[in-house]
Parts: sequence; structure tokens; C-alpha cells
Amino acid sequence: MSWRWGDRLVLAAAWTAGILLCVIAASIVLYMGYRGIQYLRPGLIFSRPQTSSDQAGSGGFLDPLLGTMLLTVIGIALALPLALASAVWITEYGRPSWLARVVESSIEIVAGTPDIVIAIFGIALFQLSLMAPFSFTAEGGGVYGRSFIAAGAMMSLLALPPVYAATRDGLLAVPGHQREAAFALGKTRITTIRRVLLPSVRSNIATGATLGISRIIGSTAIVLLLLGSTLRIETQGSFPGINVLRGTGSSLTTYIYENSPAGEGGAPQKAYAAAFVLLIFVLVLNLIVDRIGRAQASATGLTPVGAVI
Amino acid sequence: MGSNRLERLLERLRRPWPDHRAERLLGAVSLLVGVGVVAIVVFVAAKAWPLFQHNGLSWVLGGGDLEAEVNRMTAATTNPAAAVFHLRAWPLIYGTVLTSAIAVVLGLTIAILASVFIVELAPARVSRAVIPMVRLLASVPSVIYGLIGILVLVPFVGNHIITTQEKVSVQNVVQLTGAGLGVTAVILTIMITPIMIALICEALGSVPPSWREGAVALGLNPLRAVRAVTLPAIRPAIVAAAVLAAARALGEAVMIQMVSGGKFFSPKPIDGVVFFFEPLRTLASAIVDFRDGVNSPALGAAIYGFALLLLFSAFALSVTGYLVKLPLRKYQTRG
Repeated sequence: MSWRWGDRLVLAAAWTAGILLCVIAASIVLYMGYRGIQYLRPGLIFSRPQTSSDQAGSGGFLDPLLGTMLLTVIGIALALPLALASAVWITEYGRPSWLARVVESSIEIVAGTPDIVIAIFGIALFQLSLMAPFSFTAEGGGVYGRSFIAAGAMMSLLALPPVYAATRDGLLAVPGHQREAAFALGKTRITTIRRVLLPSVRSNIATGATLGISRIIGSTAIVLLLLGSTLRIETQGSFPGINVLRGTGSSLTTYIYENSPAGEGGAPQKAYAAAFVLLIFVLVLNLIVDRIGRAQASATGLTPVGAVI
Repeated sequence: MGSNRLERLLERLRRPWPDHRAERLLGAVSLLVGVGVVAIVVFVAAKAWPLFQHNGLSWVLGGGDLEAEVNRMTAATTNPAAAVFHLRAWPLIYGTVLTSAIAVVLGLTIAILASVFIVELAPARVSRAVIPMVRLLASVPSVIYGLIGILVLVPFVGNHIITTQEKVSVQNVVQLTGAGLGVTAVILTIMITPIMIALICEALGSVPPSWREGAVALGLNPLRAVRAVTLPAIRPAIVAAAVLAAARALGEAVMIQMVSGGKFFSPKPIDGVVFFFEPLRTLASAIVDFRDGVNSPALGAAIYGFALLLLFSAFALSVTGYLVKLPLRKYQTRG
């Protein structure tokens, strides 16, 4: 059966599109890998950035690495309770219905807000004098507004929609008879949520959280605007623990940015090394999401919600 | 006495909660997100107010010398005169719309072709290999796209693709370094295509297979069956994908700042091929460029104004995408 020429052209175009995307993805990974192996030395991961006029002496990216991890922890810690509470409330309660529409729409709006606008909002919010304890106050009375807490709080806005959506979809997929069985045994609604429903959507929550972590570690705009302009972690005040939260620092993403020609430039090798590490993190997180999805599919016999891609 | 009351309170909290208390608490926490969204709009709008106070809505139009206006704003650090607030930021809006439009049009074409490929045309083994690649493209951080752009693509374009003749032809107006519209549009397309592929694949998968089988039974070859039956059925998903990808594209800040050349210049299509090499700035990349001026009275108001415009545009696009996707829900079956 032979096809007309026009159809064959479209077929070729479709194949080209598919193969092209694979080629682009593969070349990004291979090129970053090549550059990463070329420039990454274990010492870089464990040494702190230092000011130095010479490349060899300017240290590694331990501080940015710790900064990324700290931001992720703060972001997820703030996002999880909020997202879980919202998802549970929407699926299990959800009255009055105007409130349900408001909550659902708000999370969609937050999901669609560009990172840079979230960052600008963070600056506006944390420069209120009310928020002075969360960063520091310069002489002259202006609140600096940039700290790990400020950036972490805005990161939680990034992670909120994925966790919410995954949890909500998981809860919706729990068959009604599980709830009914719990009620028949005399449990209250809140107890069935705590003891029956939430444990059964554990893997959905994990998927959502991993997607949220992925978004957090990849975000640059929020860190650029909200974490101050120091490469090393600088603490603020003397209360141990809190002083790091109130302090400034950098993340892997801003380290890459600052070392590229767009920032202070001058050290593309460090940028490549850090970018390689960042890409490894992202790939690992992708694999985790994949694994969770496959484990869930084999356990329940259903494909994970929301996945052809 | 006090410890007794405390103990009783803790005891009350430890006992299983009545449903109405739990419902109210969860509802209050959920409402926080709604409050947060309102806060975002209120805070950004409040800080952007001086820009609107002095320009009305006409700051989105063109006509002034944007570079001089911004320099004036940067220089005025305390109590600026009213004239300093004058702004005509059309080049930024033009840059934003231009890059996003090119990326969405290019990306949608590639996304539809690739989705049809993945879902309908490719053998299962090939599909299984392509899907993780697309997911990978979606999860690469934008700063890495920007890094590859600025360290690999920009020098390549600047040294090997732009001819000296082309550089000379515009050298009185602008310098062509390779960083400009072309590289920006290409990378932006790569960034937003996976989003569209995900949505379109999901929609393709939810069309009942009997529709396509019926078309094949009537004598259409598989490709024509898809074109005639499946694609029209998922038109809402295609629109939704385009709209959501557009929202993503116009909010992209860091990658564009790294590869767009950073000049307040409006690329002119009349220039022919050189059009794709001319530098530009978008609203989002301008915010990144001038982020240090967010506290200065005039420049700060401008920055918040750009953010407000981005917020409303992304909001409008997201709402449109959501509304367009609603009719699709009736096709989707759960598990």
C-alpha cells in the first residue's frame, strides 16, 4: 500500500521531530557530561568559594551546594503541610463550593506565575519592616529582605502546585469503598484521612514532592533576587541555626550564573563543573519519579495518574 | 492551678478531633493559598503604583529613548522629579511578544508532529525511548540552557554564522555578537516544547481508539486517520498547550538574560536575515538585569510595573488554558 507524497512528507517530518528531540536531549547531557568530567574535581565539591585573583585559588562550590540543599529543605517543609491540607480539604470536604473554587483557582494561578514574578513578590513582602526578623536591617532603617528564609518561603510557592496536584489526584483515585469501609467501622472523617487515605497515597505525595524538589533546585531567578549576592554562606546575628536562616548565600544555580559570562564571568570551568553536578541531581530526581511511578503501577495495576509523559 | 488548665487543654487536643473542627482548620489552611495570591497582586501593584501615577497606561507604548529613560531612573536615587518617571517601554514588550510568539509557533508544530509520532506512528520500543528524553528536556534547569547558550551557541553564531558584512551593515546602530533573537528563540522553543508534548500526548491518548479504527476501516491510512479524526478531536488540548507554553515562555527570565544580548533594541524584520541576530530585551530579562535597582524609587517602580504586567499576562493565559481544557475532561477516564 503506497502513500501519497504529501503523507510521506508528513511522516518524515514526524519522525524527524521525534528523533530531533532525542538528539537535542542526548547532546545536552553528553556535552555537559564531557565538560563536567573535564572540569569537575572532587575537591571542588568540598571546598568553599574564596576570593582570589587566580583561578586555582578561588575554591569550589561547597557553599552553593549547601545553599541549594537548605533552600530545598525549607521550601518542601513549608510547602508540604500547605499542599497536603489543601488537597485533603478539597477532596474530602470542599464545602462551601465557592471556597473550593477559590482554592483550586489560586493554586492554578500560583502554578502559572513566572518565577521572576514570585521573586519580585518575595522582595516586596520581605522588605516590610514587619519582616525584619527574617533578614536584617541596614542602618538607615531599610530592611534588607534577602535571606535563606525569604528565598525558601518563595521556593515553597514553587513546590506547592506539584505536591497539591499529585496528592489530590491520588486521593481522587482511592476507591470510594475504602472510605465507606472505614466509616462503617465507626471512624470519623479526619481519622480515615489520617489512618487510611493519606498512607495509601504515600507514593503520590512522594512523586509530587520530588517534582517540587526538581523545580526548586532548578530555579535561578528567586535565588538571584532573594538570597543576597554573597557566594559564601554569611550568617546574620548570633543565634545559632537561626543565623544561617537569616543570612545570605548562594545556590548551585546562582553559582553557575555568576561564573558564566552573564555574571562576573571569568570562570566557565567552574560553571561547567557546577552545572554537571546540578544536572546529575536533576537526572537522579527524574529517575526517582520514574521508579515511584513504576512501583505504583505494578502495585495497583493502573498507570500512575496523569502520565503518558 | 495553671498547670491543671494546661493539662486539660493538651488532653482536649490529644483526643480525636471532631470533624467540624478538622474541617475548619483544613479549610483555613487552604484559604491561605488564596490569600497568598491576593497578596501577590496587592504587593506588586502597590509598589508599581508610582509608575502608573506618572505615566498612566501609556508606559507600554513606544516613542521614547528607553535607554536614556532607564539611565535617568538609575541615577535618581532619592526623591526624583516627576520627569524621571517618564517611561515608554514598548521595546521590552515587543521583545517579550516576539520571542514568545516565535517559540510557541515553532514549538507547537514540533510538538504536534512529535506527539503524533510518539503516540501513533512510532513502534513501541522507539516510543519508550523517546518519552524519557522529552521528560529530560522538560526538567533541565533554565540556567543550564542559558549556560550552553552563552558558552556554545552564542560564540558559534557570532563567529561562524554572522558574516562580517552583516556586522558592518548595522554597526552604526547595534553590535552583532551572536547573542540575539535567533539563539533566544531556538533555546526558548526547546524549553517549552516538552510542556506541549506532554499535554498533547495526554489528549491523544484519551481519544477513544474506535474513532481512529473506524477511519482506517473506511480506507484512510494511519496518518490520514490521525489528521482527519484525532487531531480535530483534541483541538482544545492543542490550544491549551499553546497557551500554557506561552505563559511559560513570557515568564522566562534567566535564560533569556544570558543569551539575548541585553540591549534596549527592537529587532527589525526589514533587516532580513540580520533580524535574527539583533539583540533584544524582554520584560523578564530586564527585571533580572536591573534587579539591584529594585529599591530605588523610580527604577524600582518600573521593575514592579514590568512584574505586574507579566503577572497579569501569565494569569490571563493560564485562565484561558484552564477554561479551554475543561471540555476535554469529559473524554478522560480514571484508571
